[in-house]
Amino acid sequence: MATAVMTRLDPQSRAAARGWSDLTIRNLFVIPTILFLIVFNIFPLIYSLGYSFTDFRASTNAPANFVGLQNYRELLNDPFIWSNFAITAKYVIVSVVGQVIVGFGMAMLLNRDIPLKGLLTTLLLLPMMLSMAVVGLFWKLLYDPSFGIINYALGLGTFEWLSNPNMALYAVALTDIWMWSPFVMLLSLAGLSAVPKHLYEAAAIDRAGPLYTFFRITLPLVAPILMIAIIFRTMEAFKTFDLAYILTSQPTTELISIRLYKMAFQEWQTGRSCALAYIVLIMILAITNIYVKYLNKVKER
Amino acid sequence: MAAVRTSGEVALNRVAIAAVIVITLVFLAPIYWIASTAFKPRNLATTIPPTVLFQPEVSPWVKLFTKRSQLRTQPTPEEYEAAPWWERIVFDGGEKVVRDGRGNVQWSAYPDRFMNSLIVAITSTVLAVGMGTFTAYGFSRFKMKGEADLLFFILSTRMLPPVVVAIPMFLMYRMVGLNDTHWGLIILYTAFNLSFSVWLMKGFIDEIPKEYEEAALVDGYTRMQAFFKVVLPEAATGIAATAVFCFITAWNEYAFALIMTNRRAQTAPPFIPSQVGSGLPDWTVIAAGTVLFLLPVAIFTFLLRNHLLRGMSFGAIRK
Repeated sequence: MATAVMTRLDPQSRAAARGWSDLTIRNLFVIPTILFLIVFNIFPLIYSLGYSFTDFRASTNAPANFVGLQNYRELLNDPFIWSNFAITAKYVIVSVVGQVIVGFGMAMLLNRDIPLKGLLTTLLLLPMMLSMAVVGLFWKLLYDPSFGIINYALGLGTFEWLSNPNMALYAVALTDIWMWSPFVMLLSLAGLSAVPKHLYEAAAIDRAGPLYTFFRITLPLVAPILMIAIIFRTMEAFKTFDLAYILTSQPTTELISIRLYKMAFQEWQTGRSCALAYIVLIMILAITNIYVKYLNKVKER
Repeated sequence: MAAVRTSGEVALNRVAIAAVIVITLVFLAPIYWIASTAFKPRNLATTIPPTVLFQPEVSPWVKLFTKRSQLRTQPTPEEYEAAPWWERIVFDGGEKVVRDGRGNVQWSAYPDRFMNSLIVAITSTVLAVGMGTFTAYGFSRFKMKGEADLLFFILSTRMLPPVVVAIPMFLMYRMVGLNDTHWGLIILYTAFNLSFSVWLMKGFIDEIPKEYEEAALVDGYTRMQAFFKVVLPEAATGIAATAVFCFITAWNEYAFALIMTNRRAQTAPPFIPSQVGSGLPDWTVIAAGTVLFLLPVAIFTFLLRNHLLRGMSFGAIRK
């Protein structure tokens, strides 16, 4: 089903004899989109590649000087940039692991006959559809040490979430877990409901324990879809900007996207920020590549 | 699941149901808190312990739409009596509604930002889904050299971090004067959603049997006619679902809007957080603005519930 049914591009076909040929139609349908994406995505990247070898500052009228690989060399030797990457890595791990545990757990609970299951699932999916920036803002109120409902509900007194440099990153990750666990749940549920029932029946006949059934039947069969969720969330968490930018301004939550934003639009180190953007871009493309390869592999089954 | 048999399994099922309900409530609590704050009097928004039961008010909504300034002198009883109900609410809060020279009430910035969000999201959705549907048909029905590579290229444009693309786009827009314009954002969001729209629509069109068009071709349709009269109606559900996804993405987008706009074309996502300054923000007004902003997405999520899985996985998983 997944593989498209192809029509041969036959100039002699009957359809081609009337109206436009299939070839014309194909080009007419596909080429504008490709051009649009080249002009508005690829061309800008080529443009910024050029600037990444200069000391250009967009805030001044001074012409850009060619500096060769200096920007890249300095960035890669800058311990602060590496700490931004380390913060990002920590954030990605905490939030993705959290989402997988919470999301998969929720899917296991939901994967049974539950009254109003459809309604409950839809309600659970609501957080991830909402704007990160706007809802994230409200978590500032929820996390407030003196009148936030989180401290009140958990009886934590005046625990500092966002103004404590050691806690802030976890607080941001917690909000992300709230938003995106339902995504992992949604994909896991699809995987769980596709596990053939007769496998469980066979396991029951063999008197297999619940743990054995889980690790030998459920997990291996859900793994491909779960993997899609993990790679997808890893990519998104790596790019996180909105949530962390809005919730805190701690140096300990300065993810690489935030560093890039500040470098480009607050410090106006345009040339250098283009170089950093390229370093980030290469990392993203590597993850995307893994993701697409995996997607295709799963689709083929 | 297999039929529940033993009493142990019944008990387990009950525990699971209870857990699911508790988890759902916990997940919805933040959203409930936003919604309830939007109807609280200002002094009850930040209390210890948190106020759960209260007399709902419309004052946050009046404040959301009006431009206000601090009251220097109390209004005279006549002034107060002559004022419409909503102006009295503002007076009660120790503020007055700002009027221009001719006495017209000044609106707050919120309705403008909301309109900007609507214009940008709707236009970019129409463009992305329109182009995406044609392209998806092209990929779905015709052979092409390097098709997989082209599709990968299309997908990879979606994966670029917004800030990476925003730096050169900002410089280019500055040159051609597209900064802080609707079209500037519309182009960016169209490009961003186009890849998504192609992937999702390709999945929907792949599912329409090729025989339908072939029958139409045999009946004397040209391929264009077959596309418009046979394929498009069949793909209507898919187009609607794709459009809603694109709309939600554009509606929620923050980073591009923050960088590319600052006033005239600013959308709601960068505007709403900008109201929280260093002082004591009025959370009731922010909550009212947030509720109105989240409402369309909440409705769409409900309408889209059967397609969420497919959309969120780029069409990789179908139900």
